[in-house]
Order: sequence, then C-alpha cells, then structure tokens
Amino acid sequence: MDEPRVDDLTGRPTMGHEFDGIEELNTPMPRWWLWTFYLTIIWGIGYTIAFPAWPMISGATKGLLGYSTRGEVSADIAAHEASNAALVADLNAVDLTEFDPQSDLHRYAVARGASVFRAQCSQCHGSGAAGAVGYPNLLDNDWLWGGSLDEIAYSVRHGIRNETDFDAHYSEMPAFGDILAREEIETLVNFLPSLAHADWDSAGGVLFADNCASCHGARGLGDRSLGAPNLADAIWLYGGDRESLRMTLINARFGVMPAWGQRLTEEDVRAVSTYVHSLGGGE
Amino acid sequence: MTPQTENLYSTREPIFPKRVYGSFRNLKWAIMAVTLGVYYLVPWLRWDRGPNLPDQAVLVDLANRRFYFFWIEIWPHEFYFVAGLLIMAGLGLFLFTSALGRVWCGYACPQTVWTDLFILVERWIEGDRNARIRLHRAKWSTRKVTLRLLKWGAWAIIGVATGGAWVFYFADAPTLANQFLTLTAPSVAWITVAILTATTFVFGGFMREQVCIYMCPWPRIQGAMMDDSTLTVAYRDWRGEPRGKARDATAGDCVDCNACVAVCPMGIDIRDGQQMECITCALCIDACDDIMGKLGRDRGLIDYLALSDAPAEQAGQKPRPIWAHILRPRTILYSVIWAGFGFAMMYALFIRPEIEMTVAPIRNPTFVTLSDGSIRNLYEVRLRNKHGEARQFGIHVSGDPTLRIDVEGTPFETITAAPDATHKLRVYVTTHGQSNAAQAEETPIRFWIEDFGNGDRAAVDTIFNGTGDLR
Repeated sequence: MDEPRVDDLTGRPTMGHEFDGIEELNTPMPRWWLWTFYLTIIWGIGYTIAFPAWPMISGATKGLLGYSTRGEVSADIAAHEASNAALVADLNAVDLTEFDPQSDLHRYAVARGASVFRAQCSQCHGSGAAGAVGYPNLLDNDWLWGGSLDEIAYSVRHGIRNETDFDAHYSEMPAFGDILAREEIETLVNFLPSLAHADWDSAGGVLFADNCASCHGARGLGDRSLGAPNLADAIWLYGGDRESLRMTLINARFGVMPAWGQRLTEEDVRAVSTYVHSLGGGE
Repeated sequence: MTPQTENLYSTREPIFPKRVYGSFRNLKWAIMAVTLGVYYLVPWLRWDRGPNLPDQAVLVDLANRRFYFFWIEIWPHEFYFVAGLLIMAGLGLFLFTSALGRVWCGYACPQTVWTDLFILVERWIEGDRNARIRLHRAKWSTRKVTLRLLKWGAWAIIGVATGGAWVFYFADAPTLANQFLTLTAPSVAWITVAILTATTFVFGGFMREQVCIYMCPWPRIQGAMMDDSTLTVAYRDWRGEPRGKARDATAGDCVDCNACVAVCPMGIDIRDGQQMECITCALCIDACDDIMGKLGRDRGLIDYLALSDAPAEQAGQKPRPIWAHILRPRTILYSVIWAGFGFAMMYALFIRPEIEMTVAPIRNPTFVTLSDGSIRNLYEVRLRNKHGEARQFGIHVSGDPTLRIDVEGTPFETITAAPDATHKLRVYVTTHGQSNAAQAEETPIRFWIEDFGNGDRAAVDTIFNGTGDLR
C-alpha cells in the first residue's frame, strides 16, 4: 500500500490506497456523528433496562417500567368495557318487545351481537347466518319457534331439545318408519312437495290428516308452539327432494341447540338475539 | 502539510457569516418573510363552512379523518389528491433543480430559512462576524454568558413558536392556543411542540450546515438532476485569476478580499469551484458585486453560470441569455408533466360529486329464499354526504320491473343522511320466485338515489343474484 499523501488538486490528504489509479480522499466524519452513535448505544442500554428485553432461561427481563403489550391490551379492554357499561346496563333493561330499531342502543346491540354470533353461532349457522342442511337459515322469514325479538331471545337463552335447560324448546317427531308401511311413506313423499295446491281427499291427504296434521296443522302450515315446520312454504330445513323427505319420514329429525343463557352473559344473549332479528327475517 | 491519518473524526469549524447587502439578499429576506408568514399565520385563517364543520381554513383533522383546505374538503378515500400533490412537489423540485440548480436549498428549504433567521437573531445580539469571532474566542465572562443566554433564549422562543405553529394545523388554533395557556392541552400536543422546539433549536442554532452536508439526502440526489446547462453559482476564474492587488495591472479582477468567504453560511470558498457544500444561496454574488462596484469593475465575477458557459465566454462569445438556460427540452418536459398532474387533479376536484354512493352486494350468501319462494338479495349501501347539513334521499332500484326495495329498520324508501358523514344502510331487494331475476344466475341492476332538496342524483350499477335455475 502507498503512503497517504496530499492530493495535488484538492490539497486534501488521501487515504493511502489506490485501485487502478483511483485514490480516495480522507474525508473524516464529523465528531458529532460519533457522539450521536454513542448516544444511541446509551439509549439502547437504557431502553433494555426500562422495557422487557433480555432473554433468560425462562421468559425475559420484565423491565423497570413494567410495560407489557399483553397488559396494555387488558387495560384497553377494561377501559372499553368501562366506557360501554352504561350501554350494557341499558341493553339489559330494555324491553325486547319494544326495542326501537332506529335507536343508538339497537345499533350497539347489533354490532355487539355480530361479534358474539361470529364467535359462538357461526359454527352451525354459518358466518353469514345462511345456515346449512339441518341448521336453520336465519336470514329468511321462516321461523320454527317464532321470529319476534323476544321469541328469538328465548330460543337463544334456553336452546332447543338440549338436556341442560328445563325451559328449552322441546318437541319430537316420531320415526314413521316404525309406524307406517313403506307404501304409505312413499305416498306421503309424493304428496308433500305440492302441499300448497294439494288434493286433500287423495290417499296422501288422508294419510297426512291422520299422521301429520296433529302437529303440522290441517293444511301443513306448521305450529310454532311445537316447533313444527310449515310444510307448505318454499323452505325445507333438511331438504325438499324425495330422498331427503323419505329419510325424514322414516327416521325423523331431532335438531339440538345449546342453552346459550348458560354460556353467555345476559347482555350477549340480548345482543346476539337483536343481531339475528336484524338480519332480514325478524318479525 | 502532512496528512493526519490519526484523526478519524473532524470537529466542526464554527462559521460566522458576515452581513451582506444586495439584490439576492433582499430576495432571500422577501422569501423568508413570505414562507415564515405563511407557516405561522395560516392556521389562524378562518373559513366559514356552516354550523357543523370546523371554521379553520387549513386543518388536518386526524380524529375525524378530514383534511380541510379553504373550500376543498378531502376525505380519506380521496387521499390520491395528497399523493398527486406529493408527485407535483417532486416534479417541481426536478424542474427547478434542472433549471436553477439548488435553488430550493438556497432560498426555500426550511433548514435554510430558519438558519437565516437564527443567524439574524445572533447578529442582533452578538454583533456581526468579527464581533462574533472575538466573542467565540473570548474566555467566559459575565458579558459572554449574558449574550449567550440572550441568544439561546431568543432561539428557544423561535423554536417554541415553530413547534407551536405546527400543532395548530392539526387542531382548532384558537382553542388549542387557549388550552396551552391554561395548561390543559393534550399531551400529544405538548410532546410535538417539545420535539419540534428541540429540533428547531439544535438544527437552526448549532447544526446549520451540518444538516445539509451530512444529514440531507437531497444534495446527493440532485447531482442527477443537473447538467451542464443548469445555472449554478460559480466564479469566473478566467476573469478573476491571477488574484492580486487592485493596483496591479497584470492581476485579474479578483482582489482576494475574502468577502465571498466571509458571507458564506456553508463556510466554503466558491472560487474553488462548484462543490457539494454549496447551497447556491447567492450571498457571495452580492458580496463580490459590492466589492466590484467599489472598485469600478463590472459586476458578476461571481455569478449564476452554467458549466457550458465557461468555455464559450473564454472564447469571447456573448453569454447565453437566462431564458436559454431555463427553456430547454428537459425543463419543458418536466413542466408539461407537472402541469399535466395539476390539470388532472383540478379536473378530478371539479367533477367530484357532493354525494357519493357505493353499493356492496353481500355474497355470504348470494341470495336468500323466503318462505313464499321469493328471492332476496342484500346490499350494503354507503352514502357519503359531503354537505354541511343533513339531506333526505329517496332510494330506488331499476333493472327488472319485479324488484322491490326495502331499507333495513324503516318501512320507508327515504333516507336521512347526517351532515358530513357516511351513512351506512342495509338494503334488501326482493323478487317473486317466478321472475326472470329470481331464476337467472345474475341480473344487472342499478341503484338510484335522489336528493329531495335539489334533485341531485347518483347511480351505481351492481348485480342481482338469482338461483340460476333458468338456463
């Protein structure tokens, strides 16, 4: 390596190295730059003392300020709940039969209910509440046990055909495979899809009147007090094709829903009921 | 001189710029007055927008997500206006740099303007260059301590005013000023003022040229923006050299009076040629012109010059006029692109509707079968009412005569949209099960809204999803 020398053109010292005739001038950094660098080191050490930083065998140092992101989230949640306390009290006090859909409290209930629904209900009823075969669609205007807000709240609170809540909705359709002959079941399978325009004097009509009308009504319009579906409308919970109808008649159906009053807070029951009621089918 | 390789870091050489008089200095005073005036006073301008909106002319309302600029109101979804302004600012910088070199650095950069202001205060308190150098070298005495404390105090006041003015752009200025005076301002305002006070104080008082040389990326980028026709501050060495006494007939015009060095805020000698530190503030031109005038010689020994001028002038040709430096294909192209963005944004601004509607079909599920076999679709409709008062709208749907519309939560087809807010609705569109719309896969439909007050209309096209049974 060459010795550092003074560059003729600029009068400034060079670094002393040379590559294919190209030399580098010695342009030292300013000293404040160095002090800034030291300052960042001191700041960094202070920071790791003040905040959680150094990994240990189990866990890490806590830091003198006692800060943790988890603690911050808990504090945020607590502050949020405190700020909602008045709304929650109002929600628990409101008469569900006279809940004004234009009120701020209603908007709060719908927003709160939507998050409860996504966490607790969407597993069966779907994230969009459209249901599935065997799990009612909550968007339509067909309700098994009633579609007013307080009726929905009752179904949510006590559930359906569960064994944990004595107030749960309960009804049970017999398995007609043990009661009727296969030919009679086939007659009903052929009769049921056209119930709205049915010939009630036909063999199917007679079979219906004898076996089904006690729960589903003389014209098959259902009975909400029994949770008996309307068979004359366009909606079939377990499918309206012949094979599905045949399976339903032979084996019967027994849809169960938990009693959410035992798992959720009162305000969450009310909120999720309000949300479901607001989905377009509420009565 | 022996090379000092053992000195890895260099200490800052203090710079004591001398007072200078001249046309460029006057131009810089004027620009300083305008830019500082705009910065400090604009938050206090009022602009009446009606009862529900803030009356501050320029306001960045972060909490309510609005940006107000006189009669223009920008909502978050219109952020492209801000992006467009940033593009225009960038192109403007390219344009000015390719025509006039570091004219931004020399005249308008906040670092330059505030440093200029700080040096002015420094001169008022401590005197001009020679007095300041003497004070700098003097031992600490009562006088020196007094002057230093006075100077730092004045700088600190400017710093507080600078940081204070900044936060006024983000909140109602009179309210916030009152909160500062009664010590009830939010902590974020205090912290912002404290940080900006500190940076103003340190950058304007102590860092000065160090910011330009070591911290700012722009001096290094703009080398790519300049070419040999760009006007920069330069020394006519073919006229000035060799330097000598004024009486010496064999010497050039430069009398080596060092006036250009004494006034330089960057502490350089422009006679060494164009260098990275030079911010082209042109104060050396004023200083040299003053001396040349006293000697009865032509002004312009140091002047705005382009690299390509030097050989032409040395060959005895007439210097090119300024417009020939400025009007070049490159600068014209920058101007055209810059103006293109400007006109496009003006156009976008003027065709902005007062009411905006967006319609999002809910696809989970795409449709719902009702008990009577009807098919229902759900749409989330957002109405952005940009008026300062509430407005009533009627909502309709067209595309298939069988479609019925229902607004969630109300039996009416009338919507009241709150002032300066987005109104969110859930809208059901239903058709009976035998209709084409119910049985087709998709039917194009159109949502209409109409302002009952002034008849303004807006429409959005969307899709009605059917069962797809009709094939």
